[in-house]
Amino acid sequence: MDWSAFGLSLELAAWTALLLVPIGAWIARELAWRPMAGKAWLEALVALPLVLPPTVLGYYLLSAFGGGSWLGQAYQSIAGRPLAFSFNGLLLASMVFNLPFAVQPMQRAFEAIPQEVREAAWVSGLSRWSAFRRVELPLAWPGIVSSLVLTVAHTVGEFGVVLMMGGNIPGETRTISIAIYDRVQAFDESAAAAMSAMLLAFSLLAIGIVYALSDRRRRA
Amino acid sequence: MSAGLYARLEQEAPIPLAAELHCAPGELAALVGPSGSGKTTILRCIAGLHRPRAGEVRCNGALWYDGSIDLPPQERRVGLVFQSYALFPHLSALGNVMLAAGHVPPGQREAKGRALLELVNLAGLEGRRPAQLSGGQQQRVALARALARDPEALLLDEPFAAVDRVTRRKLQRELALLRERVRIPIVLVTHDLDEARVLADSMTILHHGKTLQRGVPGEILARPCSAEVARLLDLGNLFEAVILEQRPESNRTLLEWSGTTLEARHAPGFSPGERVSWVVAPEYVILHRRDRPSQGERENPVQGIVEECVSMGETTSVAIRVGDQPWLTMNIATHHARRNQLAAGQTATVTLLAEGIHIMQKDGAQRGRAARA
Repeated sequence: MDWSAFGLSLELAAWTALLLVPIGAWIARELAWRPMAGKAWLEALVALPLVLPPTVLGYYLLSAFGGGSWLGQAYQSIAGRPLAFSFNGLLLASMVFNLPFAVQPMQRAFEAIPQEVREAAWVSGLSRWSAFRRVELPLAWPGIVSSLVLTVAHTVGEFGVVLMMGGNIPGETRTISIAIYDRVQAFDESAAAAMSAMLLAFSLLAIGIVYALSDRRRRA
Repeated sequence: MSAGLYARLEQEAPIPLAAELHCAPGELAALVGPSGSGKTTILRCIAGLHRPRAGEVRCNGALWYDGSIDLPPQERRVGLVFQSYALFPHLSALGNVMLAAGHVPPGQREAKGRALLELVNLAGLEGRRPAQLSGGQQQRVALARALARDPEALLLDEPFAAVDRVTRRKLQRELALLRERVRIPIVLVTHDLDEARVLADSMTILHHGKTLQRGVPGEILARPCSAEVARLLDLGNLFEAVILEQRPESNRTLLEWSGTTLEARHAPGFSPGERVSWVVAPEYVILHRRDRPSQGERENPVQGIVEECVSMGETTSVAIRVGDQPWLTMNIATHHARRNQLAAGQTATVTLLAEGIHIMQKDGAQRGRAARA
């Protein structure tokens, strides 16, 4: 059992969720309510990580983060170390490939709030921020929790992009899914089995929470 | 024009608007028109939820909108009751009302919320969520929430459309009582003429976003300014005729209609030869008795064929065809119809009381003459 890999996975998942959910909420809200040209294409862009092979996504992210790109160079000059094959690079990649998992549940949740309810909040004297905090957020809450759980679960389980992006550096980029792959390659059946079982239980719990929440929302 | 609410709104799209509205403190002004006539858009413009292309919105002397200034809804002290009520589904009735009382010190919000719920007869239901309330109760919460802001104007968008008849009567009565307690301008959007007649002090008729006529409901119903308004008000007995002669000295205008000359109440501003529209309310159409001719039969006697005779309880609606004109309808007591053995196909003679004949401009005629009743 590679506890350090499991810990790294959880750390990556927590940071991804923490950073991505607020950004995702903003994107979801814009997509839900703002009339915009080319909305379908924006939605397609957000959904792209769902259909793109992780190798393709990983390849592009790797080129974007590498020493030859402006992003890689900027990061190198600030942090003093390369972005690719680092935890921060992995985190950035994780935020990109989790985009649909974070945005879509929240977008559905915001879309379900009638325009008139938001207008009623403004007419009741609530500022845009208060209306968001006191009306929109509580109403969209199940969707936000869904996003959070899906993002965490998906980050913990992601394999292809992590492999492409981070390689297999213990304590830096070796996540639990990589560790399982590593153990299988090394014919360490028992370690692979233990870690797989743990990931299975974790994923089931996460998805269970999402379904329980959406069930409650349907009945409310 | 400093006290009360004043709005003048103009735009071409998405719904054309050329409307003007004035509502004094304590006045209840009804906006009446068919669906799509821009009634809701006008309320949204006043509340700051929709920006017209041009115009002006003022309330108690404060400028809310004038093309360059456009206060957001938060800065306009209006209470708006949405047609769908738009209650906050995650909050209790009390929570809904308290959320709109943000201008009150936090310690006093609950007391204010409870007082308002009591005002709308919802005491005891403070803790219920909207989903646990009936349509009428939801409407009351919406009204209490609109009042929680201590609004300078109250806007009601078809507030009784979604409730059953009995509840509607009850809520209408409550609104009439409420008016006595909150002396602010109240604008009521409705497509129900009876509702407007019962509740409103003034009525504005809208069509395609245009103000066609403003005035006291009874006055508008008796004297619509044009055939268009008469049709929107669903007034029957709408005909066309030609002005023959003006006799202001005897308070009469003579009309040529269907080969006969009709005397009507004097309608100034029309010249002989002009084509006009006219209406006569069914209560001004009097059936001549066959057995015993009575007085007044010399006044505009008109003969026609009974086309339809429909008894509905105590009254019978009789439709008569005069020449090639549309049907002339009147309501008479059912026993009266029986005594006269009125039936389809028979000849009948009626009197059109001159006092009840209202002359107005024809469809498509130049507007502006009688824009105000």
